[in-house]
Amino acid sequence: MNRILEALRTVRAILREIFDESAYERFLSRRQMASSPTAYAAFRQEFEEAKTRRPKCC
Amino acid sequence: MNRTVSVFAWFVVGLLGVAAIVVIAVHRGEPINALWLVVAATCCYALGYRFYSKFIAARILALDSLRATPAERLENGRDFLVTNKWVVFGHHFAAIAGPGPLVGPVLAAQFGYLPGTLWVLAGAVFAGCVQDFVILLFSVRRDGKSLTEMAKEEIGRVGGFVAYTAVIAILLILLGVAALIVVNALKDSPWGTFTIAMTIPIALLMGLYLRRIRPGKVLEVSVLGFVLVLLAIWGGRWASLNPYMAQTFTLQGATLAKLIIVYGFAASALPVWLLLAPRDYLSTFVKLGTIGLLGIGIVVLHPTLHMPALTRFVDGSGPVFAGKIFPFAFITIACGAISGFHSLISSGTTPKLIARETETRMVGYGAMMAESAVAVMAIIAACVLQPGVYFAINSPAGVVGQTATAATATISSWGFPVTAADMQALAHAVGEQTLFNRTGGAPAFAVGMAHIFSQSLGGATVMALWYHFAVMFEALFILTILDAGTRVARFMIQDALGHIYKPLGRTSWYPSTLATSALVVGAWGFFLWQGVKDPLGGINSLWPLFGIANQLLATVALCVATTIIIKMHRTRYAAVTLVPLAWLVAVTFTASWHKIFDPSPRVGFLAQARALETGLASSATGRLIFNNRLDAVLTAVLVGMVTLVLIESLRQWFRVLSGREEARVKETPFVMTRLAEERG
Repeated sequence: MNRILEALRTVRAILREIFDESAYERFLSRRQMASSPTAYAAFRQEFEEAKTRRPKCC
Repeated sequence: MNRTVSVFAWFVVGLLGVAAIVVIAVHRGEPINALWLVVAATCCYALGYRFYSKFIAARILALDSLRATPAERLENGRDFLVTNKWVVFGHHFAAIAGPGPLVGPVLAAQFGYLPGTLWVLAGAVFAGCVQDFVILLFSVRRDGKSLTEMAKEEIGRVGGFVAYTAVIAILLILLGVAALIVVNALKDSPWGTFTIAMTIPIALLMGLYLRRIRPGKVLEVSVLGFVLVLLAIWGGRWASLNPYMAQTFTLQGATLAKLIIVYGFAASALPVWLLLAPRDYLSTFVKLGTIGLLGIGIVVLHPTLHMPALTRFVDGSGPVFAGKIFPFAFITIACGAISGFHSLISSGTTPKLIARETETRMVGYGAMMAESAVAVMAIIAACVLQPGVYFAINSPAGVVGQTATAATATISSWGFPVTAADMQALAHAVGEQTLFNRTGGAPAFAVGMAHIFSQSLGGATVMALWYHFAVMFEALFILTILDAGTRVARFMIQDALGHIYKPLGRTSWYPSTLATSALVVGAWGFFLWQGVKDPLGGINSLWPLFGIANQLLATVALCVATTIIIKMHRTRYAAVTLVPLAWLVAVTFTASWHKIFDPSPRVGFLAQARALETGLASSATGRLIFNNRLDAVLTAVLVGMVTLVLIESLRQWFRVLSGREEARVKETPFVMTRLAEERG
């Protein structure tokens, strides 16, 4: 049971990383901000240029 | 006892793998079950990972779990970040798995299921996974440097320049081909076009939700977006049946191409992130879901393959694309076996997330195995179709004839019986007006996927929904690649132009943004337009061109890897990268030769230009002749540049091996990890 729960937690962590939720959390903790429309806008501004420079494969 | 059990278990895996490969290789005459391909693939991947990757990790790379990685040394909470290995694996797989492993194998299925399957398995285990693994590790040992930087440092300036140019060329050709695949999938398809059009308001809604209602809850909003997309697919049926809507959304190839070119420019030059970022998430969500669903579907339903092991088209006369099995099967399937583009991901984001060197094996070698498995699924999806149906969908009108009667007569005369009534019934079942001449691989994959699922999940009544789900998945994903790829190419060009005139390098300076966006979109738009207007369907010329460019980049990556291995004093094991390198050189140089000089107008660019010159002239003849000559020059330039890298690499190897130059790798000095104790 524990192993299943751990596997599910890992899958969730993978998805949160792929979908940038973890990156947003790290941003909030680095800037010591609470989640809000303003904070998310600031995150996207900082994050987007770096993200769009990453190639995605064919 | 444990060791005995382990040896016995691996012996059984080996036997099973050999048995499955023998069955798929020698089986002739009767349809074969797809499960044989699944068993062969599973055993090959298991053996490759357990033994070959372990050998490379231990004997050549000497992975050191005590050596601090850049993620640990340079951690900044943004690019450099110590990350769980499974999370990095997922991240890496999501970045390398695009439409390539789905489209290439579908096109190569014209040779039969056997060549593609063998190349995907052997290519991945001995070449693709090795390339991704070693480049990832070498980048980790160089503070996460990119392939172009490593090529410059280890081989010389020529290496760096060629890698940079090859990346730009690949991006532009890829974007043109990808856009062409979307055009071919959506032309004359009101259902598909309506569904894709609906993803725009859905993405905008997701964007507003993310910014205003639940900031940062991307997974949550992606699920919501996915449900809305399913509703849009369902609504597409209504649109296709409503006369006004059907007329509005029934678009010709040229119209769709113009719309996509305008869209590409807007996506690159304008601040439309309210649309693009949510759609990127949505397409990733749909992609991961579809790949997972297809994998489960194939294993559970284990459909029968109707395509023979080998078809008569191994002789080079294939209707999908012209050219003999060697070298064209090996450049048609790039992603799935070996893709040079992966080396950019392996030396991009991923090395900055790796916590320990030992994890590069699972992430680099393992993720490529997963991508190869996706390619096997694509082969299965294409080969479950009756061969006559497969060729009717994938053959251009210029080859099989303009009318349904002519096309079915031509295809049946090849020994693959199909009737116009069969095709009409199939088109009706998937909600299309026609399925003839839908080149590009995406529609055939969609029909195959719909065929697999409709056998059990919902039956024939929902076949149209499955088909349009698959088309939507491919088109949505390709459109995401179009806007992301256009931006990446724009940034690369701006970076280079910044060395000439500083303001041109500033991404915030609008004149530079507009000019470089127009340059990039104009370049891939040229290839797209060329494909749309090509009487042979475009894919015949453009997909091999893309394959050659991609595999030439893999050649550069393997040159870098071999150079580093030699400098590491591991020359006795250099064959691990040298053999795939030699194979790729043979494949790409032969393919390039054929594409430029082959006397057959269906294969050689110059021969086609000559045939057009001597044939009946039309208003488009001049442009077609120019396009073919330009493609020939482009291929020659790419090959010429890679030849320079090869010569430069050979000179390096000779100097190091003869003792004329000290073998010095440009690795970051060893630093003991602080994570060692807590991680064991």
